[in-house]
Amino acid sequence: MFKKTIVSIATFFMLIANASAVDFSGKTVEWLIPFSPGGGSDKWSRFYAPMLSKALPGNPNVVVNNCPGGGGTTCTNKFAAMKNGDGLTIYGDSGSVKFPFLLDDKRVKYNYADWYKTIVLATPTGGVAYTSPKFYKSKADFKKLQGKALKFGSNGATSLDLIPLLAFEMLGLQVKPVFGMKGRGPSRVAFERGETTIDYQTTSAFKSKVMPLVKEGKAIPLFTWGVVDSSGKISRDPTFPDIPHWAEYYESVHGKKPAGPAFRVWKAFLTAGFSSQKMVFLPTGTKPEIVQAYRDAFVKVTKSKEFQKSRNKRLGVYDQVTGGSNVEGIVKTAMTVDAKDKAWLKDFVSKKYGVKF
Amino acid sequence: MLESLLQAFTLILSGEHFLYLVFGVFLGIFVGILPGLGGIVGFSVLMPFIYGMDPVSALAMLIGLIAVVPTSDTFTSVLMGIPGSTASQATVLDGFALAKKGQAARALGAAFSSSLFGGLFGAVVLTLIVIVAKPIILFFGSSELFMLGILGISMVGVLSGDSFIKGFLACGLGLLLGSIGSAPATGEWRLAFGSYYLFDGIKVVTIGLAAFAIPEICDLLRKNQTIAKKDEPLGSGWIQGLKDTIREKWIVLRCSALGSLIGILPGLGGSVVDWIAYGHVVQSSKDKSNFGKGDIRGVIAPESANNAKEGGGLVPTLLFGIPGSGSMAVFLGGLTLLGIEPGPALIEGNLKFTYVMVWSLALANVIGAGTCFFLSNKVAMITKIPYGILAPFMIMIVCFAAFQVTRSLYDIYILVVLGAFCTLMKNFNWPRPALLIGFVLSDTLETYLYQAIQFYDYKFLFKPGVIVIFIIVLVSVYFGSSVLKRKDLKIDYKTKDLFKFNIQNIYLGLILVFFAASVYDSFQHQLTGGIFPGSVSIIMLLTFSYVLFFNNKLLTTVIHTNFSLNDTKDLFKAFSWILFLVLLSSLFGFIIAIVILFYSLMLNKTNLSLTKITIVTACSVSTIIALSHFMVLDFPQGLLQYYFKLPWPFK
Repeated sequence: MFKKTIVSIATFFMLIANASAVDFSGKTVEWLIPFSPGGGSDKWSRFYAPMLSKALPGNPNVVVNNCPGGGGTTCTNKFAAMKNGDGLTIYGDSGSVKFPFLLDDKRVKYNYADWYKTIVLATPTGGVAYTSPKFYKSKADFKKLQGKALKFGSNGATSLDLIPLLAFEMLGLQVKPVFGMKGRGPSRVAFERGETTIDYQTTSAFKSKVMPLVKEGKAIPLFTWGVVDSSGKISRDPTFPDIPHWAEYYESVHGKKPAGPAFRVWKAFLTAGFSSQKMVFLPTGTKPEIVQAYRDAFVKVTKSKEFQKSRNKRLGVYDQVTGGSNVEGIVKTAMTVDAKDKAWLKDFVSKKYGVKF
Repeated sequence: MLESLLQAFTLILSGEHFLYLVFGVFLGIFVGILPGLGGIVGFSVLMPFIYGMDPVSALAMLIGLIAVVPTSDTFTSVLMGIPGSTASQATVLDGFALAKKGQAARALGAAFSSSLFGGLFGAVVLTLIVIVAKPIILFFGSSELFMLGILGISMVGVLSGDSFIKGFLACGLGLLLGSIGSAPATGEWRLAFGSYYLFDGIKVVTIGLAAFAIPEICDLLRKNQTIAKKDEPLGSGWIQGLKDTIREKWIVLRCSALGSLIGILPGLGGSVVDWIAYGHVVQSSKDKSNFGKGDIRGVIAPESANNAKEGGGLVPTLLFGIPGSGSMAVFLGGLTLLGIEPGPALIEGNLKFTYVMVWSLALANVIGAGTCFFLSNKVAMITKIPYGILAPFMIMIVCFAAFQVTRSLYDIYILVVLGAFCTLMKNFNWPRPALLIGFVLSDTLETYLYQAIQFYDYKFLFKPGVIVIFIIVLVSVYFGSSVLKRKDLKIDYKTKDLFKFNIQNIYLGLILVFFAASVYDSFQHQLTGGIFPGSVSIIMLLTFSYVLFFNNKLLTTVIHTNFSLNDTKDLFKAFSWILFLVLLSSLFGFIIAIVILFYSLMLNKTNLSLTKITIVTACSVSTIIALSHFMVLDFPQGLLQYYFKLPWPFK
């Protein structure tokens, strides 16, 4: 309690100090989102935008500008070319922009290391894998599941679906991915249709679209991905406290903890793709006081009543990562993958799914 | 059900809800009129206001917007030959032909009245079907969707007119253009030639503008007349069009049903619907001779279908949360911002919202069509404006619209390249509708074929739904091939005629070279990545060789026009005005380029005084600046902007 009081008083004074230094009154902040309107990142930014406007010194107008293309890389490249920002352009990424960077996609001209000092927010999310109750009722049926040729609707082996693909592989399931799905929604409908037999959805879609199926007895949840924190610890997904996370599940069916390069690389990509899926950056080289103003603003937003009232519905029950050391910690954890592990992953993906790097 | 329907009706008419609906409708009319911009841009404008709004008002506004886009997009399609949005590309064919005959007001009248009916039909479908639609949507899996794609392709026969073999090749070309970029099965980049821009593929907006707008602009510039010939009156106006719609009531009904059905099936996409409806009406008409030359049925069919599509499209969006088209995707985003989570729970638990949408859809169609009717006679006057004045305006609008696709100069470069190609296509008698239908169905065919094989092996061919659709395909092909049985085709081509050195044969040769290049490209990829474009190209090459050497009857359908090299040079002069703008934009940015284009074109093509030219230029340029400001759209930047920081609006 005492600690909390000190921190909040300190924050309060820092806010005052910063308000005098940085002032955006009468200005417009452009929030770049490298995806189409209506998508996950778009909804996330539009949820935050009005509250960010209220929390920033001078209450600037915050507008979202969608700049889709190249799976998000085109706009991110443009943002990466911006130097020494004035705080009037910010950028929100997503796991599907991080993966091409981690996998050295040739379209990528950005480097996350440039943004370690200018990250201001990270938003986690999660995912839940589920299968058909026809041949799986509970963990006791795991052997049966292992013996079954399963089909999984996927957007592509280098998309966020890398997480489920690796997770299934490590468990020893025989999963055949069918690529070319236009997003998670159509994959779920393919499952409902019986064309696929194993699937996963991100937190919000699982809650609203798969939970009814679970209640009707048409789907059985297997495990969540869990949430990785900035120290690298995996814990249960707070949205689904009753469903074991993958590592737990692994241990209970295989009798040992997951280890080795596959697990290390999976955890790294999980952090990048889900546990810190969406981050907000300012251009590299932006003045520390402007960065600080944004970091404080997001702290203020996440503490506000307005935010807490609707967070669970909009973003899931996840603690938003705010404040200097936290955000810097999570971006480093997420974006640093050991070179050997990375090589292992590329080798695995190209052998297994024929992806050329 | 009836009770909640009535409740929703009173709800929508009460308080400010109705005002928001009207606002949505007017915005929809506006973005629909602007070529290339459709519901997606309109939504993006509204999005910032949605958060925290009263859900009923917001729903009314959003639905009002999407409901009228396929109504008002008809204006530019009919009057200028520029597709107003991807849903009205097929309307251009006969709509613009009618405008050239001076019957623009009639075409608009018919279009708006059939749009109105289609829209209302869609609303009824939404009301009745949404509760029971789940099994229907689940029934149409990858196998059935693939077969529906084949059904769409089978329309190529009738969309090719007399030039069957050219239509066939054009369709193959469309399939290939549609397959550029990432492969659905492997994510490999095909036919991209190392260009990052092409990794994402070509967008349907770009190809629509290139296939219809650019060729018309070039032709009209070359002839330098008004769109409707001077001596012809504007026609008996919209009343005549309304009468046409009533006379063709069965077409309206059939195409509305067709439109709703395609809307209900997620996965076929919004831009297919007008083509399928157009293909259907040509197929089912006894007298096909006037299609493409100004047959009113060619306007009525796509317009009733594209409005009916929206009501149908809401079904999977609300039931499964899977959008059937780009604008539905954005609508879905809007719903979540409002805190409405689509899914069976929404339909079963809270019919209120669904019925609010039903009424919004119905009312929006009435208000939208009414407003458009009211405007049609006035706006039809555009076709009497001398082309020297209209041309720079059209070039400006087309380039601006193309640029919004990904906001990169490459959008415009691609537009120009494809535009040049399609301009020749038009003048060399290659059926552009066949190209378009191949393009819009390419991804459907490839993705669902691949998935169907993965899911069911080759057994997918024996699923009952697939067999039923296949029978319909056979019927469709039978009607489509009737052109080959015609005896009055007198133009007699021999194999050696196609080896003569003339511009049209060279053009044909280049298309074949493209197929060959695509075969080569396919072998650079994995089997599942390259097999679709590769097979399409090989089929095209083999069929053409067979026709060329062994089938004289089909060879007669290679109908070259009497368009000579000199005509082509003439055409290039007209085309160079567009090139001029692109070059200037790359150097000085869009606004400066546009000003120069307006002055030089009008000085060259009209006898207007410098003062008048200045007035026209100022009006047009300020319109586009205001537009981009309010819609948060950007202008292309040139080298000038790269090196110097210029003040708004030049930046």
